[in-house]
Amino acid sequence: MLGKLSWEAIPFDQPIPLFAASAVILIALGVLIYVGVKGWLPYLWREWITSVDHKRIGVMYTFLAMIMLLRGSVDAAMMRSQQAVAFHAPGYLPPDHYDQIFSAHGTIMIFFVGMPFVIGLANFVVPLQLGVRDVAFPTLNSVGFWLTATGALLVNLSLIFGEFARTGWLPFPPLSEATYSPGVGVDYYLWSLEISGLGTLVAGINLVTTILKVRAPGMTYMRMTIFCWTVLASNLLIIAAFPVLTATLAMLLLDRYLGFHFFTNEAGGNMMMFMNLIWVWGHPEVYILVLPAFGIYSEVVSTFSGKPLFGYRSMVVATMAICLISFMVWLHHFFTMGAGGDVNAIFGIASSIIAVPTGVKIYNWLFTMYGGRIRYATPMIWSVGFMITFAIGGLTGVLLAVPPADFVLHNSLFLVAHFHNVIIGAVVFGAFAGYTYWFPKAFGFKLHEGLGRLAAIFWIAGFYVTFIPLYIVGLMGMTRRMQHYDVADWRPWVLIAGIGGVLTAIGIGFQVAQLAVSIRRREQLRDDTGDPWDGRSLEWATPSPPPAFNFAVLPNVTGEEPYWGVKQRARERMALSEEPNYEAIEMPRNSPTGFVCAFFATLMGFALIWHIWWLVIAGAVGAYATFVVFAWRDRDEYLIPAETVARIDRANRQARREALNRLRRDQ
Amino acid sequence: MTHVAAAPAGRRDPYALGHGEGAAAGHGAGGPASKRIIVGYGFWIFLLSDIVMFSALFATYAVLVDRTAGGPSGKDLFDLGSAAAETGFLLASSFICGLASLAAAVRSKRWFYIAMAATCILGLGFLALEIDEFAKFIIEGNGPTRSAFLSAFFTLVGCHGLHVSGGILWLLTMIAQVFAKGFRADIMRRFLCFALFWHALDIIWVGLFTIVYLMGVYV
Amino acid sequence: MGVVSGRPPWPSRAKRGVGSRQAGRLALAGALAIGLSGCDWGVLDPKGPVGAADRTILIDSVAIMLAIVIPTIIAILAFAWWFRASNPRARYLPDFVYSGRVELVVWSIPLLTIILLGGVTWIGAHELDPAKPLASPNKPLPIQVVSLDWKWLFIYPEQKVATVNRLVAPVGVPLQLSLTSSSVMNVFFVPQLGSMIYTMNGMTVHLNLEADQPGVYHGLSAHFSGDGFSDMHFDVQAISAADFSAWAQQSGASDQILDASAYEDLAKQSANLPPKVYRLADENLFNDIVTQKLPPGPGPQAGRPNPTVKPH
Repeated sequence: MLGKLSWEAIPFDQPIPLFAASAVILIALGVLIYVGVKGWLPYLWREWITSVDHKRIGVMYTFLAMIMLLRGSVDAAMMRSQQAVAFHAPGYLPPDHYDQIFSAHGTIMIFFVGMPFVIGLANFVVPLQLGVRDVAFPTLNSVGFWLTATGALLVNLSLIFGEFARTGWLPFPPLSEATYSPGVGVDYYLWSLEISGLGTLVAGINLVTTILKVRAPGMTYMRMTIFCWTVLASNLLIIAAFPVLTATLAMLLLDRYLGFHFFTNEAGGNMMMFMNLIWVWGHPEVYILVLPAFGIYSEVVSTFSGKPLFGYRSMVVATMAICLISFMVWLHHFFTMGAGGDVNAIFGIASSIIAVPTGVKIYNWLFTMYGGRIRYATPMIWSVGFMITFAIGGLTGVLLAVPPADFVLHNSLFLVAHFHNVIIGAVVFGAFAGYTYWFPKAFGFKLHEGLGRLAAIFWIAGFYVTFIPLYIVGLMGMTRRMQHYDVADWRPWVLIAGIGGVLTAIGIGFQVAQLAVSIRRREQLRDDTGDPWDGRSLEWATPSPPPAFNFAVLPNVTGEEPYWGVKQRARERMALSEEPNYEAIEMPRNSPTGFVCAFFATLMGFALIWHIWWLVIAGAVGAYATFVVFAWRDRDEYLIPAETVARIDRANRQARREALNRLRRDQ
Repeated sequence: MTHVAAAPAGRRDPYALGHGEGAAAGHGAGGPASKRIIVGYGFWIFLLSDIVMFSALFATYAVLVDRTAGGPSGKDLFDLGSAAAETGFLLASSFICGLASLAAAVRSKRWFYIAMAATCILGLGFLALEIDEFAKFIIEGNGPTRSAFLSAFFTLVGCHGLHVSGGILWLLTMIAQVFAKGFRADIMRRFLCFALFWHALDIIWVGLFTIVYLMGVYV
Repeated sequence: MGVVSGRPPWPSRAKRGVGSRQAGRLALAGALAIGLSGCDWGVLDPKGPVGAADRTILIDSVAIMLAIVIPTIIAILAFAWWFRASNPRARYLPDFVYSGRVELVVWSIPLLTIILLGGVTWIGAHELDPAKPLASPNKPLPIQVVSLDWKWLFIYPEQKVATVNRLVAPVGVPLQLSLTSSSVMNVFFVPQLGSMIYTMNGMTVHLNLEADQPGVYHGLSAHFSGDGFSDMHFDVQAISAADFSAWAQQSGASDQILDASAYEDLAKQSANLPPKVYRLADENLFNDIVTQKLPPGPGPQAGRPNPTVKPH
């Protein structure tokens, strides 16, 4: 009836997992009960859960990412502390538990922190920057988000029922085959990623179609912001790479569930095929994460330097070059598999070539700062921290691209330090810069500046104190994923890395405090005009938060930095341009399709993991029925009357008029 | 928000890239495209992503095609007559699906139902032949668990078959939609996607037939 | 000097808090320890030609790139500081958004660097290809390596001996390693001897290494392979050729026999095996492992035939 599921699945006899499971259950229940008692559920259902508004979905993606960052950081803290104590000692985490923790850490950070953060910011910002009302497929957008949330939920359910994968964040066979991983752990991983991968693909299709087909009148490609270009490049990569992940994980599922022989030791299976396929996805994946972060830096550096971005055209060329080349370098993840001199050399050279457009980007940011008047708000601090950190991370990356260097550094803590260097230094710092930068646009008030600076400083310091020692100990020969070790020379560095973890944790603490304090003090931090940073692109032309329709009238774009041009003219004339003709606006209706579909997906995923076949079928029927119900609806839009549009827009114009008057008074 | 008037004289475009008012470097620069274009474009991108997925399966098949673990290879197993019949069914169904598109374009419900029913029957015929082939292999002990080659074969061809099955489910739903609501604009857009899907499956089958069956037997 | 375990080089202290003067002493001792050869510097302290070549390329590549990266970082800090809004002396150049000269420089400098590194890559990848035999006046010594769950088996086909978790090698003689795995993927890695390589069941890979100085070096698996992975380390004992012959002869008289059934015992999951020496009874053993005549290792046994949740 319940497949493999039984009471044995709950870790009653293992204290640490039991504690973790109880914590998750208590927190989840606590939040649900609190929300219910306060009467917020109808509001949340109406305004957020069933919303198809790209701004709401973007906020939910980002919120998911930040929650999962907390979970992933706890995993990281446990890993660092285990390694700090497990010298000539077993430590406090037995191997099978430690193995799950580092596997969960990587999986969560890449798929449920990095991806949702980047997709969330893109979802929120891109339609605003393009001067349009929403993405191409609003309801599909909601489906994509909720499927991603399903994946995150399944991973966390493994804390309570059963175990997680013990293979590392990429389940290399034969270790991940049923012979060597007979439990449900790898199945949790596989189904969670198949489901959320579908969500990611949907987001990719949505954003590409939006950027290519849904732009304000007059917005040619070369008048888009660089953030839109990088989101385009990143989502093209999603469309091209995620199907490979889907296929590869499906093959591993077939091996595990039906006894196929894609990657097994016996009957002709070829584990090297898995390595190739997974890295054909895996390398573009890291560029999927980093390209939007590069776009965020372009926006932030340009805004806070008070200058247009330097070298816009070469930024576009560099972005698309990175997009293309990222598909040609995958073998550098397994130089040590013995492919031979020619193959290794070609992929090594290709991997180094990608440093050229990346270097060009850094120099373009540098020369954007040159001749600027730089204001050091929190987003700019993250950006400068990024530029320096990423230069180091890029260096170690190109170093690893030289096969003989990789022959002694593969899979060592040097490698671990390198990829954390670039992921934290570029993706995470960029996500935080974007979060701080666009937070006022999303919620109408800024984040507390002082706490933001402290967070940035502790994160940056924490990064260096954690990972420079890991570079060193990697050079000393320490490999990754060790649950305990006996080499005395490694110990001091591992301990220092542990201290770095504490610094990072303090940084996270400051971010949590920043959010709480900012909410409490939101009236003092209020953004009245919608343009708190003296921005240059179209999102700053809207009120904060923007109304559902974004723009009362779609802007007619005639040059680069359209909003900056409008603002400069208004400042010169000391008057806003004339009021437009307000018309009624049709917006897509909310729909529970995404949430309900994800509900059935969760049931299906859980049932597949535990072999509860009747529930799988029921879930599939339910999911299909959800789409049919959606297809059957007769009204898919609602009308916002012209008077409402006018009222909202006039209020914003009034706020901006007052800001102009204050400017005139101060002059 | 204001209408952005023409750039004031004397203010130089900082990048000197603007091509003038409203000049379109891509279709999107004329303002947001129409729903039909957006839906069609987005669905094409989905199809491309699906083709990428099939490419991964094709690549795996190509790598594993010789790993028969002492068992039979394609030459020993494949019945080209059956594969040819399957090809005939699928190509014919694609053609008739095209007729269904024409029927929808002229708003003829009768011809639409007939063409869709014929498409469905041909698609089911394809599936019947494929299931028969699979069953035969499995009963003879040459199922997907026999060797890596057979795992790759069953997965590649079976994935296509699953897509066809999904397509038939979609087909029936489309018939039901037209029956319930007529040729409404959104249903027409959905039907456009269905037709694209069905034709794309045909194209993938051509690749399958060539690489798996023809090359399996003759190369 | 590679050591598997040992006292830390700094003075040990009790678990009370470390005062600032003691902290200073600690730091100094640590710095000295790093400078002295008492530390095992792994990859940066090679004891053989392959490791030395790997290190040369590593250091040269870093140096080439630092020539670009250090000025870049200095420029970032300099611009970030000089052009801050509160600096009245900095010129505000809001129209400085394009410069052909800058573009030329920022594209060509990385390009030239990469061309240089590309040359290093091409030559290095070919010269140091693991399967490439080493130039040496001495005849190479074939050794067959099998990674199991979770130990290493070293077979000396010419000497007809085998060891577990200890690789004994003659100094100055190229080691012609043929490697495979009994079950899951692993990576054979001795940091001070240089390049590592994957081991995979059903396949043979080739690696050529050499130890130029006698000593004991740390060896490990560099690819996660399961719960016992952290215990998959082994000693590499590099001894003189004469000592090696003596050792081989002595080991040939061992009462432990490595044959198919002893191998199957080894293939079961176990960890932390002390080093052991065998007489090799079956000279086709390695081949049988590679061709899967001896089946792959069985994996976790607890919980079968219905493995669900807890593998132990």
